[in-house]
Amino acid sequence: MDYEPVIGLEIHVELSTRSKMFCGCRVEFGGEPNTRTCPVCLAHPGALPVMNRQAIRYLGRIALALDCRIPERSIFHRKNYFYPDLPKGYQISQYDQPFAVEGGLSVNVDGETATVGIERVHMEEDTAKNIHAGVSGRIAGSLYSLIDFNRSGTPLVEIVTKPHIHSPQAARSFLNRLKNTLQFLDVSDCNMEEGSLRCDANVSVRTVGDQELGVKTELKNMNSFRYIEKGLSQEIERQINMLENGERIVQQTVHFDVVTGEISPLRSKEEAHDYRYFPEPDLVPLVAAADFIAEIRGEMPELPADRARRYVSEHGLPEYDARVLTSDRELSDYYEESVSLYGDAKTVSNWIMGELLAYLNNAGVTAGECRVTPTALVELLGMVKSGDISANIGKEVFTGMCETGESATAIVQRKGLTQISDTDELESLIKQVIEENPSQVEQYRAGKEKVIGFFVGQVMKRTGGRANPQVVNRLLKERLAE
Amino acid sequence: MVNHDDVRYVAGLAKLKLAEEELDRYAVQLSTILNHINKIAELDLDGVEPTSHVLKLTNVFREDEPQSSISQEAALANGPEVEGNAFRVPAIVRK
Repeated sequence: MDYEPVIGLEIHVELSTRSKMFCGCRVEFGGEPNTRTCPVCLAHPGALPVMNRQAIRYLGRIALALDCRIPERSIFHRKNYFYPDLPKGYQISQYDQPFAVEGGLSVNVDGETATVGIERVHMEEDTAKNIHAGVSGRIAGSLYSLIDFNRSGTPLVEIVTKPHIHSPQAARSFLNRLKNTLQFLDVSDCNMEEGSLRCDANVSVRTVGDQELGVKTELKNMNSFRYIEKGLSQEIERQINMLENGERIVQQTVHFDVVTGEISPLRSKEEAHDYRYFPEPDLVPLVAAADFIAEIRGEMPELPADRARRYVSEHGLPEYDARVLTSDRELSDYYEESVSLYGDAKTVSNWIMGELLAYLNNAGVTAGECRVTPTALVELLGMVKSGDISANIGKEVFTGMCETGESATAIVQRKGLTQISDTDELESLIKQVIEENPSQVEQYRAGKEKVIGFFVGQVMKRTGGRANPQVVNRLLKERLAE
Repeated sequence: MVNHDDVRYVAGLAKLKLAEEELDRYAVQLSTILNHINKIAELDLDGVEPTSHVLKLTNVFREDEPQSSISQEAALANGPEVEGNAFRVPAIVRK
């Protein structure tokens, strides 16, 4: 029997506002535990929340970028449950009147573009951080937990997709695209290691052609897209095996162990959720009037697709270059800065897509972390353009710059890599080469012009690649014609 | 009419332990409250939007300006159990 996986994703994004959602405590990552708290985010009796305007603006940006409909009125609800990381005993969230609904994000999967529907985008607050004491550091089997409330009340946006995703690979592509969009929007650093972007995945399988959805399980809090893809593959396989063996799938949360690659059930005791949502009386409704939306629209940063179009129409780049350069916010910013300093967009693009990307992939660093800044790259490009060094030497210098952080000028001077264009110096070398290789000279003069390459190679060898190839070619042809 | 199972369920959600005789008492009290609320259903409410808030206010915001927090010592002073720089709570998932 042929099975079809059905996947829906829930993504939580911590916004990079300066202060928390409902109080003025600073939003930062890490630091000394329990130093960024106040009566509001510690839930002291009588403390009242007040909404952060900037967080709602960021929420608006996300909703617009995901092509959502923004109803004029949305309200906040209390989601009631007991958990130590939730001091109030409820999380302020949105329920049946979320900020935005019915959007979509188009994704490229296997060369085809498909739109993944967005069910809703809503605002809520993050919980505190638990540190589980015990052998494994995992919640199960820990003896007790320690709570750090610095994160409590950080603005958190939840994005829920429709179950429109049909493979683990497509889930990963969607997440990459979403993360890229969020980074261009300047609303979150999307740092998965630090938990500013987190993802839960709901997955079920059904026989191909079936309209009904199967029983789903949930993979929670996956902290890398690669693990989400792997975990989903594993869970889909497990579900198919169960169905093949005539077993029933139970709706539950499962844990994917990234080390063993195994799936195990989690929190089975806590599955009976009854959150008793009711309107949050401490917060008045949020009205997204036309002028408020227009204001947010006016502040929208340029999205990757728009940047790509501009690179083609204004910079004259091929579409392929434009797509690669806008696949990552830092890379795109790197390119923009380099072009503004250097001018020649295609040359900049070639170096970034070739040398820089190769280095970044190898070293596992981002464009923003690279030691070679756009200014440093542009200095190198200037040296190649002026003929101080050849393009090939330039590549070697670039590698050196990445490794040592030195400037192009410093490396060229230290290693003596300046290109030799000086005719006198080259003339004497060419003379030697011609004298030492009479048979090749004969071949050339007999009409075998390809032999010129041999001579160029010889000159290059003697100069350590520093000879200016154009000059060498010209001089060689002159001498050989004599 | 609220029965004993309903009371037990609601008490469980609120992490309350009730004695047998309390089940009777709360079943009656909760029923009275629900009956009172159900009175509203006797009215003709066609075209009346549910009221989520009684105030006419909307969009009450604060600007995104960080304010000073309370000290770590003051924060932890309210914890029944504290270890080092954090609140300490019993094991979250029991085996």
